[in-house]
Amino acid sequence: MLTKRIIPCLDIKNGRTVKGVNFVDLRDAGDPVELAALYASSGADELVFLDISATEERRKTLAELVFHVAEKVNIPFTVGGGISSIEDVDVLLQNGADKVSINSSAVKNPQLINDLSAKFGSQCIVVAIDAKQIDGEWIVHLVGGKVPTEIRLFDWAKEVEERGAGEILFTSMDNDGTKDGFANEALAKLSTELNIPIIASGGAGNMQHFTDTFIDGKADAALAASVFHFKEIEIADLKEELKNNGIPVRI
Amino acid sequence: MKIVIINYGAGNIQSIKFAIQRLGFEAVLSNDVNEILNADKVIFPGVGEASSAMQKLRDSGLDTLVPKLKQPVLGICLGMQLMCNSTEEGATKGLGIFDVDVIKFTDKVKVPQIGWNQIKNLKADLFNDIPEAEYIYLVHSFYAPKCDETIATSEYDVEYSAALKKDNFYGTQFHPEKSSSIGEKILLNFLKMK
Repeated sequence: MLTKRIIPCLDIKNGRTVKGVNFVDLRDAGDPVELAALYASSGADELVFLDISATEERRKTLAELVFHVAEKVNIPFTVGGGISSIEDVDVLLQNGADKVSINSSAVKNPQLINDLSAKFGSQCIVVAIDAKQIDGEWIVHLVGGKVPTEIRLFDWAKEVEERGAGEILFTSMDNDGTKDGFANEALAKLSTELNIPIIASGGAGNMQHFTDTFIDGKADAALAASVFHFKEIEIADLKEELKNNGIPVRI
Repeated sequence: MKIVIINYGAGNIQSIKFAIQRLGFEAVLSNDVNEILNADKVIFPGVGEASSAMQKLRDSGLDTLVPKLKQPVLGICLGMQLMCNSTEEGATKGLGIFDVDVIKFTDKVKVPQIGWNQIKNLKADLFNDIPEAEYIYLVHSFYAPKCDETIATSEYDVEYSAALKKDNFYGTQFHPEKSSSIGEKILLNFLKMK
């Protein structure tokens, strides 16, 4: 049976992890490769690297990082942040990334989704969508959720699927950072209306939230950062609890 | 031991090279006929869309070489699918090594299947010392139905071929190079074959 996936997300700036991490057993908690290898061995099903650097050398630094992660890590990983062209994707996949995630660039140029999935295959194209509710309506936001668009979440999600995305990574800006749980109502609607996997993001605070997003939110995977980085939740414990709640997981 | 990963421009081969490195071996990427013919082990990767990958294989002239190889050959993911008679993706004619036609999952399930699923009914030396129902990583929209050459099954929509074998040819729908330590054991079984 296909299992539900648990995905730690690492924020990267200039080749280093930025969000503080609380791993006493790491020599260098800022080294994404070491952190990635630790997550891989502790039961993470996949990893996401989100690059937030804004330097001239960012493409090169990111490609090097991808190369070193691929060298060490024996589970799949996705790379996102600032990807806006076929060339960007080509370099990352050549260096060993399994998937790439695009966000703002897809909103600005939706044809990019078609071009990337035609060239590299849908299976490696994740479209990340950030949204929050405005007057009861879910609206797509850009620039890490800061800038609202006119686009409605469910319209955009359907378009993204039709254009060839292999997966959607949905982050609710209303939930992100709250530790109050995922946006399960919106997630369930996405999962029911679309026929590609949906990754839930934003709001993880405790283990029950993961159970809820897999059951109520019908999510195929759940992504979180700080609860894992600060060891508030151990992946092994989380999976044990999910299993006890009847959710298929890889243990 | 000489390990060659066929490099015909289709997909992420760096991670296969790295997985082999982690097992203590070195692999070379090559599209050179002689180098492939003289290898002890050949890996035939593939990621992406079937008809364009097949076209790249034809352009490099390797479509006639692969079926003639005598050493152990391992097709991975799309590589395995291209070793079948045909695939529904892009109405593509395959290499005809495995006598089965690759078809698409129905929309009763989410497509592509992405994630970790179990392999069962394990046969053949590729799965020596691999327990039943271990988890492996898959990403695919098309699959080879169960057939006489099936040496592992997985279940999604239907029970289908997670791995195939004919003579010296092996194929896995899953990615052993991305399937954690179990995947590495399977890869090692392949590398240790005589």
